[in-house]
This record gives sequence, structure tokens and C-alpha cells, in this order.
Amino acid sequence: MPQVDLSLVDGIIDGHLGHPSAVITILQEIQEQYRYLPREVFPRISAKVGLSEAKVYSVATFYENFSLEPKGRVIIKVCDGTACHVRRSLPILSRLQKELNLTDGKVTTEDLLFTVETVACLGACGLAPVLTVSGQAHPAMTPDKAADLIKAIRETELKTAAALASEHSALRSNDPSTNAVGN
Amino acid sequence: MLKSRAQLIDLREKCRSQAADQVRRILVCSGTGCVASGASEVYEAFKTALAEAGIACSVKFMEDEPGVGLKKSGCQGLCEKAVLVKVEPEGFQYIRVTPQDCEEIVRETIQRGRHVARLAFTDSSGNIHKTAADIPFFKKQKRLVLSRCGNIASDSIYESLAAGGYQALEKALFEMTSQEIIDQVSRSGLRGRGGGGFPTGVKWKQVGAQKPGKKYVVCNGDEGDPGAFMDCSVMEGDPHRMLEGMIIAGLACGADEGYIYVRAEYPLAVARLKMAINQAANLGLLGQNILGSDFSFQIKINRGAGAFVCGEGSALTGSIEGKRGMPRVKPPRTVEKGLFNRPTVLNNVETFANVPLIIEHGWEVYRQVGTESSPGTKSFSITGNIENTGLIEVPMGMTLREIIFDVGGGMKGGKKFKAVQIGGPSGACLTEEHFDLKLDFDSLAQAGAMIGSGGLVVADQDTCMVELARFFMGFTQRESCGKCVPCREGTKRMLMTLERIVAGDGRPSDLDNLVDLADTIKATALCGLGKTAPSPVLSTIKNFRAEYLKHIVERKCPSKTCERLKVIFVDPSLCAGCAKCSKICPASAITGKAKEPFKIDPALCVKCGACLSGCKYGAVKEGW
Amino acid sequence: MLPMMTIDGIPVEINGERNMLELIRKAGIELPTFCYVSDLSIHGACRMCLVENERGGLEAACSEPPRPGAKILTNTRRLRKYRKNILELILANHNRDCTVCANNNKCRLQDLAIRFNIDKIRYKNTSLMPIIDDSSACVTVDRSKCILCGDCVRVCEEVQGIGAIDFAERGSRMVISTAFGVPLAKSPCVGCGQCSAVCPTGAIVVKNSIEAAWSDIDDPNVETSVQIAPAVRVALGTQLGLNNGTSSMGLIVAALRRMGFDKVYDTSLAADLTVIEESQEFLEHVGSDSKLPLFTSCCPAWIKFCENNYPELMNKVSTCKSPMQMFASVIKASSANSKKRHVHIAIMPCTAKKLEAKRGEFTVDSVPMVDHVLTSQELIQMIKESGIIFDQLEPEAVDSPYGVVTGAGVIFGVTGGVTEAVLRALSDDHSGMVIKQLAQVGERGMEGIKEFEIKYKNRPVRVGVVSGLANARKLINSVLSGEKVFDLIEVMACPGGCVAGAGQPVADLNVKIARSKGLYTEDKLSAIKTSGDNPLIDGLYQGVLKGRVHELLHVSYGGAHQRLHHSSDQSLELSHENDHGANGQGGNGQSENDHAERNPPTPIHDAI
Repeated sequence: MPQVDLSLVDGIIDGHLGHPSAVITILQEIQEQYRYLPREVFPRISAKVGLSEAKVYSVATFYENFSLEPKGRVIIKVCDGTACHVRRSLPILSRLQKELNLTDGKVTTEDLLFTVETVACLGACGLAPVLTVSGQAHPAMTPDKAADLIKAIRETELKTAAALASEHSALRSNDPSTNAVGN
Repeated sequence: MLKSRAQLIDLREKCRSQAADQVRRILVCSGTGCVASGASEVYEAFKTALAEAGIACSVKFMEDEPGVGLKKSGCQGLCEKAVLVKVEPEGFQYIRVTPQDCEEIVRETIQRGRHVARLAFTDSSGNIHKTAADIPFFKKQKRLVLSRCGNIASDSIYESLAAGGYQALEKALFEMTSQEIIDQVSRSGLRGRGGGGFPTGVKWKQVGAQKPGKKYVVCNGDEGDPGAFMDCSVMEGDPHRMLEGMIIAGLACGADEGYIYVRAEYPLAVARLKMAINQAANLGLLGQNILGSDFSFQIKINRGAGAFVCGEGSALTGSIEGKRGMPRVKPPRTVEKGLFNRPTVLNNVETFANVPLIIEHGWEVYRQVGTESSPGTKSFSITGNIENTGLIEVPMGMTLREIIFDVGGGMKGGKKFKAVQIGGPSGACLTEEHFDLKLDFDSLAQAGAMIGSGGLVVADQDTCMVELARFFMGFTQRESCGKCVPCREGTKRMLMTLERIVAGDGRPSDLDNLVDLADTIKATALCGLGKTAPSPVLSTIKNFRAEYLKHIVERKCPSKTCERLKVIFVDPSLCAGCAKCSKICPASAITGKAKEPFKIDPALCVKCGACLSGCKYGAVKEGW
Repeated sequence: MLPMMTIDGIPVEINGERNMLELIRKAGIELPTFCYVSDLSIHGACRMCLVENERGGLEAACSEPPRPGAKILTNTRRLRKYRKNILELILANHNRDCTVCANNNKCRLQDLAIRFNIDKIRYKNTSLMPIIDDSSACVTVDRSKCILCGDCVRVCEEVQGIGAIDFAERGSRMVISTAFGVPLAKSPCVGCGQCSAVCPTGAIVVKNSIEAAWSDIDDPNVETSVQIAPAVRVALGTQLGLNNGTSSMGLIVAALRRMGFDKVYDTSLAADLTVIEESQEFLEHVGSDSKLPLFTSCCPAWIKFCENNYPELMNKVSTCKSPMQMFASVIKASSANSKKRHVHIAIMPCTAKKLEAKRGEFTVDSVPMVDHVLTSQELIQMIKESGIIFDQLEPEAVDSPYGVVTGAGVIFGVTGGVTEAVLRALSDDHSGMVIKQLAQVGERGMEGIKEFEIKYKNRPVRVGVVSGLANARKLINSVLSGEKVFDLIEVMACPGGCVAGAGQPVADLNVKIARSKGLYTEDKLSAIKTSGDNPLIDGLYQGVLKGRVHELLHVSYGGAHQRLHHSSDQSLELSHENDHGANGQGGNGQSENDHAERNPPTPIHDAI
């Protein structure tokens, strides 16, 4: 879990002059930093924009896009808009959930790699059913294609991780003093 | 920075002559659908192919030397056939273009002016349609609001200027009084394209009549109906048209500040709008003393955060104010006390995009299209089980038949038409008997439906209408803000009932209860979204009562969709009478005599599937 | 002639009503609502107040302004059906354990379900199990009974300026919640209980100490004393067969004796002590040239509010304990040698007093000075439970040695009362004329913010009187910004003061006014109107208070905050904290110099 740097949060709030009407934008910008809304930011927002903490919490829990739980590095959104629904998007969701051991209640994998959620229409209905992977849309999906997709992502991730690790160990063997930098 | 009308005219002329200097233009559709299908890769491939062919390529209009223009356009409409590429001046429309095709297009079309037939649209009879104008999908359309969308680079204000952008603003600013602008809009008969169809002129007049002081123009870009993306296309493909409409609204009503509220799921639209606002501000078309006049106007963007209900006016303004998007009771109305409690003009994207047309050509010309009570065009996103899914714009009053069969190309895979859902979760389903219904505000209202924001989702014989109703109810229930009792509790109960029905637990009283509850919600809910939430259920009960009864009484799903209504049965022709299934059945639902076919009592069966996997003869089957 | 509207065929004059609902009620029609509270913003969510216009359209009466000439119907077949369906929907998601609910018989949902003859509910109950937050000392929240009308949210935010609770989530998952659902006790809640006062159901109810009180009353080894706060006597009203605002002090005393309380006292006496201490403190404050005002300290919800929101102002809050705690200290100190365990019970108009009683500052060896706080509502309950026919009792007097009170002490129960009492104390002319004049300087009335200036020793003294914590916030912010300057600010958390406390039977503005009139009448009838003139005061200062004024009558909230202008106090404050309650010797060495360590204050010259 990322450490919460409140000075960064302060910067965001100050960027909007601490105006209460900007609270949604402030939350959005904070979420862009952490991929979720860490609890620690709430008292700070509350104090700086002059809304009660319950009010800020109230706003954050109203909107679907805000998450109070850490999210995965890769966010998969399965469109369940009408067009996608009639072209059978739910089996795609079920397959992804099955592959990743997720449910409607548990949307993020233990390793914080994947978050799978539904979205009501991405506006690409012509290509239904659609899902997005970290914002990038994939058209005309099937359950099998979706399963392949996560397999591919996982492999890339593993490779990157392995590459990073070997780079890291290479650095370490070359110069033990850089150890700390690598962290 | 343009400081006068003359300077704008001058710049426009420059843009036009530069545009004329471009020998050819390649327009790669960069709408959400095409980008998802690889439009960016296609665009890069063109760049490479042009470079390899040694052809000067103008990517940045007005900056690069004129040569072959390579542009990322807005949605070209025929999303089903992504990636779409258009080559001008011939107007060749290529479909399903991949990066591998680009070299050929450059070689044949760009260098030699020849058509690449294999990339053209071919209809079911094998006819090749070279240009967009030839394709039946486009033929019956009337693209006015979308005239520039797909035909110019969506990220260039210069192209927009060359194509007539900001001409209406110029006219409004220097030739018309506020009263005259409002008058034109009123007489044009323009009605709000967001759903209700409230006359735009009346709204503007009311805001204009409020005491001078801070007023706002708000653009509703929170296109939330699942299955609708027209506004998205306008914001992505021709953002300046919409900005121009908003600026004119500000001028007419005495507002100096505008907000655009864009749905969270439209990041590309946000990026394009931001770019467009900067471009307009840099040219002095937004900001202080626009074009040297004494009129000032600025526009800000607010991103939604994921709440369908924010498409409702007061929820939307509340959300801009940083609050929960909960609609408030009216009065006071938005025109009196809207955003930040000030008089506010609130219209949706398409409505604002219509305004420049009216101002530029006058209300008489505008009214030549469409019907008497619903003038102009309407864009629809047409999706579902139909041949040509995509973005269309047709004159108001076109019949459903024309839209589905002439424009939409009929049902996908030749399947039988069952229904079309219009207006999303607030709308209703229309059936064959409505084929000759004119799609305009009043005719639809009479049929118990509404245009909504214009999503048309076509369902074929394989779509279960009860399940579709459940889907919509699930949507509205999930998206209900929770403020008023009828919507919060009522939609929950309707959904619970529908869930029971599709799970095979329907009760004879369910339909009456659903109708009773629907009537209550419709009459008593606080906001428009709540009031219309029961529409899909009411209209499916009205049009497909038999299908509901099948589910409730016979516990069967005729379109074989409802998983829970599957039955497990023994195929007597395969059953060897070994009795294994009856032994493993945990519910003792399977009985029979040895060596004779066994039977499963559906009333006892819990559908665990043990017998399915246990039968070595494959005699136990699953089906509807 | 006034414009008219026709309601159910009855012509009704429109005379400044803010909405149709008010007009309809004026016409004598009890239109049902859940989310309309006249002091709060219009919410419009329950949809029960829909009416039908002449075109058959439905309008929410709460948000629709009266329209001259309009004809509306409030009771049609359609409306009845819709109201029934809405009630059914609410009840289907409501924990219906009505017979054992704390709000049984006081519940608006129950009331309307009866009125609309809801005899079956077609839907499965989705709210069967209680979901309780019992953390607060003042109220108990049960989410399973919440109908999401939002009245509590709005009163907390709009009237009290706190926002401890708000809506969270949305749609059918929506709940009323603190931030992150923390227990109420860990939220910024100050315990004022106004949420429970507006709650139409049993979702927020006042904590109940009745059983604890009974068990001490019944215990032969326990000696019980009870004090009755000023505002309680005028609030028992209709529930016990009296008129609203009628003072029933004598009857209450009689009832309490019958129930078995050993000693019955009147908190007003302690209010007199408060006045004496606070006016002395005020004089020092005025002399200190502080730019900031002195704040009163009687209201525990205000104290909590100030601690939460303006900790830097805590050293400007009077060090006087609230009258309840002063009295308890005196009682406990005098009964120190009693053979039996002495249990002291306070009957208060207030829910926050329950919290105050539990504060560390008022607890000695984990025994609170006030063992139980009962609200007026609980008193009514106990009277009923005892089978006492209240209005047939013979009035009785409170017990000696604390049997004499002043009018000044009694008016503590209404906004402006503390101020008025202090002004009387500051004046050395206690003639009827002056007392009358002092009632008219601007402290009286139900307005939320009152500001006025009077002359004291040729120096202008600026006074602010606020009730409702949102008003307090407003006024304090204007002080902090330098926009306004005051010498004294009286703060009461509940709008209208203690007469409108959340421990009282629920009251609208008219009832609040009747109650405050009741207190002013008792003041008028009292022989002694100024605290310092109470003949018991001398005895107290010479007796139990001797050498212990600071310990028994003053408090340092939340530790050793320093009081710069109170020079003689500093060391005492600190040692006081350390020795708190050990044996009453804390800081005695210094306290000989303390301002409070003397006879009743010397008369003040040239008053007002």
C-alpha cells in the first residue's frame, strides 16, 4: 500500500483553493495518485475545505468511481451497457471472475494486480461487448478472449517483475551500496 | 489572439485556402470504437507508408506544409466496421482497415486516385459502395449536427474554422441582439435533446428574463444511458460546435460562465474538450472580450464520478457544486435557481450543437427538416443485434422501420426482430406494431416511450424480454440515488420480483403487483429518472405479457436466456435404466424402474448437476 | 384582501405561508409527512405530502409555494393508494419490533401506518435484525429502523453546524452514517440529541437510564437525591395532562418523593451559584482587555463543540461547572460522611448531560458526581410506570437545606436566561424597575442570534446570545475574523435553549415559546430575582464551599489549559488537575488568593 503523502494532498486541495465545490475534483485527483482514496486523506480534506468528514465520506461513497479500498494495478472494466448486455457481456464477467477468483463483492485480486468491475456503457456500443484494460478498450470480446487477455497481462507482468528483479540483483552484485536505491 | 471580427474572417479565409491546398486528406476515424479497434496503429501505419512513399504529409493543419493531410477525425458513424478511413476528395470510405492495408491505400488511392475495392463496404447482395454517400447506412441520414464530425480533424480549431466553425457566433455577436438570438432559437422550435424535449427557446427566455447578475450555462455531457454514445461522439469529434452553442447561449441569456459536465467514462471526450477550450481561448473566442466585443465567457469542465442520476439537471448542478448527485425538489426551477443558486441554462450536448445551425441559417431553414412539433434532426446510437451498429443522425419523424432496415441494414444474421428499446432505462420497448411510428417527441410520448438521449438497442428473437426488463430494473435500482422512497424502495422491490420471475419463482400475483408498484413510482418519484424507471417493465408487460406468463406459470424461458429456468431431463432414447442417477441425486428427484428410462421430477430437482456428470450414457441433458 | 387557495373545497387565505403544506395544515388537514421539519431545508423525499392539482397532476406540498387561485385536493383515491404503497415500501424495509421499540406510540411511521390502515405488507421484510450503535452516551442508533428521511442529517448540519452524520452510499444501500461508519462516540457528535428529537421513528432514541435509577431507588443501602433542572418543570405538559408551558415543579417534587427519592432539589439553586461565579469571572475578563469574549459554560454540548472545533477558544470559556455539576459537587461533598452510599440523580431537559456526567472531569475514582441523568421524557415514563396520576397530586416543596431558589436561576432554562441572570447580578440596583429594564435589552426571544450592547460603568459591554450551534459557529467566526467584538457570548446548543432540549417531549416553536413563557412567569412570581440575593448563598460559601470553591464549582476541561488573564489561577489550575477530587485539598494553599475564595461578591457599583 502506498504511503500517503499529505503534503501532496495539500497541494491538490490548494490547487483548488480549498473550495468546497471542488471536493469531487479533489477526490478524483487524489484517487489518480493512489488508485483509491486512503482514509487518511479524509480528515485533511475535511479540515481544509471546511466540510465535515462525514460529508466528504458521503460524497465519496455516492459516486461509483471512488474506491475506499486499494485497487489493482490493472483495472478491467467490463461494459454491461444495454448493447453489450444483449450481446452477452455477463458471461465475460463471470469468466474473468472465475479465472481471477473474484466475486461481485471482491473485485481486486490478493496480489493487487487485477481489479475487475462492471461499467454502465463505455460508449463503444458499436463494438459490443467491450471491456477496457486500464482505460484501453478491447472490442468484440468473448469469455475465451478475455481469459487469454488476463493470461497475457499476467505474463507481461511476470516478465517485467523478473526483469526488474534481475536488474536489481545485477545492480546489487555490482555495487552493494546501491541496494537502498533499488528499493 | 483575434481582436475583431475582421481578424476572424481573415483567419478563416487563410484556413480555407490552406485546406484547398491539400491535395488529399486521409481521415482516420478516432472515435472510441475505432480507437478500441486499433485506429491509432492505423494512423501510425499511414504516417510510415506516406513517408516511405516520399509523400509530404501534413499532420498539423496550418503548421505543416500543405501536402497530403493525415487526420484523426471524430466518429464516422459505422462503428461496426471499425477501423474506418475516409479519403478525400474522392470520399472513398474504407472499412475494417488494418495497419497492413495502409501501404496499399497510399499506393493506390493517394498516389493514383484508384479505389481499393476490397476495403469498401459491400452489402449483402455483393454490391460495392465506394463512398460514404453510397452506403445505405448513410444515404438516408441527414447529418447536420454531425456534418463535421468524422470529416475534419477533431483536434484542430483551424479545420473547424475552415468548415464554418464559429460563423454562427460571429453572426450572433456582431449582428444580433440577445433578444434576437432567443427569438431565433424559440422560433426554430428546437427542443431539448436530452430526453424530455422541453423547448430550448422557452428555457433561454426564462433565464434571460431573470435579473441581471451571475448566470450560468451548463452543458449536460453526462450521457448515462447504457447504449447511447451520440453526445460522446459530438464531444470527441466536433467539440467546437458544442462550445459555440454554449457561448451563444451565454450571449443570449447574459451568462459569463459555462460548465461542461462530462461522464467519467468518456476520458477522450474530456481531453478533446480541454484541448478545444484552450484553442478557442488562445484565439480569443473564449475569455475576456470575445473578438474585441464587450462579451466575455469562460468554460470549465467537470468530470463526473460515476453516477447515472447526475444526468438529471439538479443532480448534475449539485455534483458540480461538489455534492452528492441527489436531485432536489422543484420549485425553484433551474432557470431561477440552478447552479450555485443562480439562474442557469442547462441543455445537453446535442442541443447546444444544434444552436449554431439555427443562428447561421435562420429558423426557417432549420425547420425545413423534421416535423412540425419536433423540428431538426436527432442523432441515435443504434446498437444491439442489428447489422450496422453505429452513430446516425436522421430527420425527426423518421419511422422505426426506416431506421432499422434502411439505415441499420436489418437484423444481424437474418434473425427475427423482436423489439427495440428506445430511451435506455427510462425508455420503453417498441415492437413490430410500432414499425411505422414516427420517431419524434410527441409520437413517442403517445406510444408510452421517449427519445431519452437517443439510444436504440435492437433485440432479436433470442432476447428474453423479461430478462431485459430485469436488466434495466437492475440498472435503475443500482443507479437510484436513494433519496425518495418510491424510487429507492420501489425499484428494489420491482427488481426483487423480476429476479424471482427469471429464477423460476414467479407468483401469479407478481404482474399485478409490478404494475401497481410501477404506477406508484411513476406518479410519485421525486425526479424524472425515478418517474421513468418503471417504463421498461411496464412496456414489456404490455407488449410481452405472454412471455412473462411463460416464466411465471410454466417456468419456461422461450428465448432460452434465463439460466435458472434450465431444466435437467433424461433423454429416454439414451437412458439405459442403470439407476445410477437416481442413487446420486441428493434431492431424490429421479425415479424409475431398472432397465427402463428414468425420469426427473422438475419440482424436486435442485439443478445441482450431479446426474449430468454421473451418467455414463450421456442420457441426462440440460435445456430449456 | 388576502389571496386565496382552495383546499379540498375549503377556501383558505394565503398569509405568508412558505409552502402549501403549511397552508394545508392551517386549513386543519393533517397532511402526512416524514421529511418535513419546518426549521430545516426542504428535502422532499418521502413523497407522502403529494397533493393533486386541478389538472390531475401531483405536487409535493412541502416544496410548492402557495398559488393564489389554485385548487388542490389532498385526499383522493389515487393519493390514498400512493400513500399506502409508500408506507408499505417503508415498512417492508423496517424492523417492525414495534411493541418493544423505545419509540412505541411516539412513532410517526407507526402513527401513519395506523391512519392509513396498513394491514398487510406484500414484500419480504429486508430489515429484520437490529443494527445498533450504542457507543454514544446520549442516543442509541438503530439503523434497521431508519427510513432515510434525512431529518437527523439536516438538523445536525443546518441547525447544529456539525455534520457528524450524513448519507453514505446510495440507492437501496444508502444509510445514515458517520465518516467511515465509526461509532457515534468517536465522531464529532456533541450529544445534543436534536437528531433524536426530529427522528420520526425509533432509529435514533435517547439513551435510557430508568432501570439504573430504579435499582438505586430500590436499594435500601443507597440514599438518593435528585435535582430538577429549570426547563424540566415547564415541559411535562400534555403528556401528563397539563397545558404546555405550565410549571409543574411542585407536582414533580411530589411525584419524585412518591417514587422513593430521598431528597429532592432544584437545580436553580446551583444556577445561582453559577451566576455568582460567572459574573465575577466576567468582571475580571472585562478588566483584562481581552479581544475575545468570555463564553458561558452551562451547556455541555457547546463545551464539546468548542473542544472539537475551537480548541483555541477553550481558555475563553468560563471555568464554571454547569449548574448540574455544581449542584452534584455540593451534594456529594455534603453527603461525604453519610452512612449510606449516596447516589445523585439529575433530571434534565438534555441528552448531552448524560455525556457530561460521564466526563473524566466530573468523575472521582470512576464514580461520576452525577450517577444518573434522566431526561424529562424518562421522568414522564417513570411517573406513568409508577401509576401516579400526575395532575391529581398535591404540589410539594423541595428539600432543605437547598430549598430557596431565585427567578434568575429558573430562567437559565431558556436562551438568554444565563445572560439576563448575570446582568441582574452585575447590577447593584435590584429594584423591580431595573429587573424589568434588564429583561428588555435584547437577550429574550427565540431568535437564534441576538446581539446587543449595554453600558456598564460607562463602558459599553457587548453581548451575544446564541442558540443552535450553527449560529454559534457563525458568530464565533465573525469574532475570529475580527468582524465583530463581544465581551460575553452565551451559547446554548439547542435552538431556543434548554426548553427545547432533546430530552424534552418533542416540541414545535409554539410549544417552545409556551415553555419559555412558563419559566418567565415563574421568575415573575419568585420573591427573589437576583442570584446574589438568595439567602442560602451565604451559608453555602461559609459552609461546604469554604476553601473548596474552585474544586467544587470550577473545572478545567481536557486538562491544564492556561488562562492568561486569570493570573492568580494558573498554578491553581495545574495543581487542581493533579489533585482532582483526592480529598478536596487540591491547590488550597493558593486558593486563599483565588477570586472565588470569598463571601458572595461585593455589590457592583453603577450597574448598567
